[in-house]
Amino acid sequence: MRKRLFWVAAAALAAGCASMSDEEASQKALAVMKASFAERGQAKLDRLDQDEAQKLCSVPPATTLPKDVTERIEKANLASIRYPADGRLLGDWKSGERIAQSGQGKQYSDDPKQPSGANCYACHQLSKAEISFGTIGPSLYHYGKLRGAGEAIQRYTYGKIYNSQAFTACSNMPRFGHKGILTEQQMKDLTALLLDPGSPVNQ
Amino acid sequence: MEERLKVQIGIAGALVALFAAAPAAAQSAVDEIAKYRQQLQDGNPAELWEARGEALWKHKRGPKSVSLEACDLGKGPGVVKGAYAELPRYFADADRVMDLETRLVHCMVSLQGFKFEDAVKRPFGNGADRSDFEALAAWITSESKGVKMNVSLSHPKELEAYRIGEKMFYFRGGPHDFACATCHGESGKRIRLQDLPNLTDRAGAQSAYTTWPAYRVSQGEVRTFQWRLNDCYRQQRFPFLKFTSEGSIALTTFLAHNANGAAFNAPAIKR
Repeated sequence: MRKRLFWVAAAALAAGCASMSDEEASQKALAVMKASFAERGQAKLDRLDQDEAQKLCSVPPATTLPKDVTERIEKANLASIRYPADGRLLGDWKSGERIAQSGQGKQYSDDPKQPSGANCYACHQLSKAEISFGTIGPSLYHYGKLRGAGEAIQRYTYGKIYNSQAFTACSNMPRFGHKGILTEQQMKDLTALLLDPGSPVNQ
Repeated sequence: MEERLKVQIGIAGALVALFAAAPAAAQSAVDEIAKYRQQLQDGNPAELWEARGEALWKHKRGPKSVSLEACDLGKGPGVVKGAYAELPRYFADADRVMDLETRLVHCMVSLQGFKFEDAVKRPFGNGADRSDFEALAAWITSESKGVKMNVSLSHPKELEAYRIGEKMFYFRGGPHDFACATCHGESGKRIRLQDLPNLTDRAGAQSAYTTWPAYRVSQGEVRTFQWRLNDCYRQQRFPFLKFTSEGSIALTTFLAHNANGAAFNAPAIKR
C-alpha cells in the first residue's frame, strides 16, 4: 500500500500535478461529490456536510492521528452525551435484541416514520444463538458477565452507544444518540441487552 | 490463593467459550456459503445478458439508425476486445475521464443521436424493465475476460480522477459516519456472514473489481459497477449517487487502478 502511494505520488510529480495538494484534493473531491449525488427520500445533500470528527477521520484506517487531535475529538464528543433525565439506564433486553437485529433506518430506501435499528449484529457477535454476526467490531458475547452491571459500567455502556467517539476518536461505530439514530429508550434497551444477567449476551 | 485460581479458571473458561464455541458455528456457516458460491459458478445466466448486449451493440438504433460498432471504447472505433480492462480512461474527444457506462452514453448521443435524458433513462433493470446498459456492459466486459487490468494514470485528468476517488473512498459522512473504508479498509472482516474485500489492499481490490459486473442471484439481474457503487452509498446512508456522475467515475478509477495486474474475470455470478 505504502509503495503504491509512493508511485502515485511520483506519477503526480511526473504529470505536473504536484500542485494539487492533499487539501486541494479534499476540496475538489467535496465539490465533485456535491455535484454527483442527488437528494432522494430522507437522504438530503446536507449528509455531505461533515462535522469536525467526520472531517478529521476521513483518512485511511491505519493512520495515526496526532494525540492532541484525537483528544480534541474525544472531548467534544464526550460533551455531547446526554444521560436520561430519570437516571435509569437499563431498559428491556428483549426489545434491545430486536433493535440489535434490525438494520433499517436512515437509508433513502427506508420509511422515515419507522424506528431505526442499531444493526449491532452487522459488526459484533452478541449472543451465542445468533451465528450471523460480523467482525468489524469486537465480540460482545458475555459483555456484562465479564464486566458486571454496576453504575459505572452502565454509564460507560450507555455513553458508548450514545457517542462511541467520546471514548475512541474515529471509531467505526455510529454515534447513535449524538446523530439522532436511536431514541433514549432504544439506547436503554441496548444497554440492558449488554448488561442484564438474563440477556442472551450473558448466557 | 485457591479462590484466585478459581476466578482465573473461570475467566479462562469464559474466554474459551468466547472465542471457540459460537465462532465455530459461524465458521461452518461461512464455509457453507463458500461452498454455495462454488456451486453457483457452474452456470451463469449473465450469458443471456451478454447475448442481448452483443445484439444491442450491432443493431442499428436511435434517431440516426446506426449501430454502436463505430463507438471508440479507448482502443479504437469498434474495438471491444480488452477495452474494459483499460477503463476508466481519458478520452480526448470528450476531454474527460470516462468509465464504460459513461462512454456508452457518449456514443448513444454522439453516434446514434439519442437525447442524453433518453439515453440515461434506465441505468438499472428491474424485471421486465430491462436496462440496455446492463446488457451492453455484460457483453463488453465479457470480451475482457482473462485480460490483465491495466488502468493508466498517465494523463493528468486520470490522475486527478484517481486522487478524487481516493478522497471519496475515505470520506466519512451522513448520520452513521460511514465511509467506503469503514467496511472495505481492513482485511479479514465480515458484515454479518458476508466477507468484505479490503479495497485498499491490492489483492482485495483485484478480487473484488475483476468480478463486476455480476449476475446477482438475489435480484435476478446483471449488475454493473455503477450499480455496485450506487447501492453501497445507499447503505452508507448517503444521498443517491447519480448514474455516470463525475464522482462515480473518479471512485471507479481509484478502485480499477488498484486492481491493476489481475486478470479480469467477469461477468461473475454472486449471491
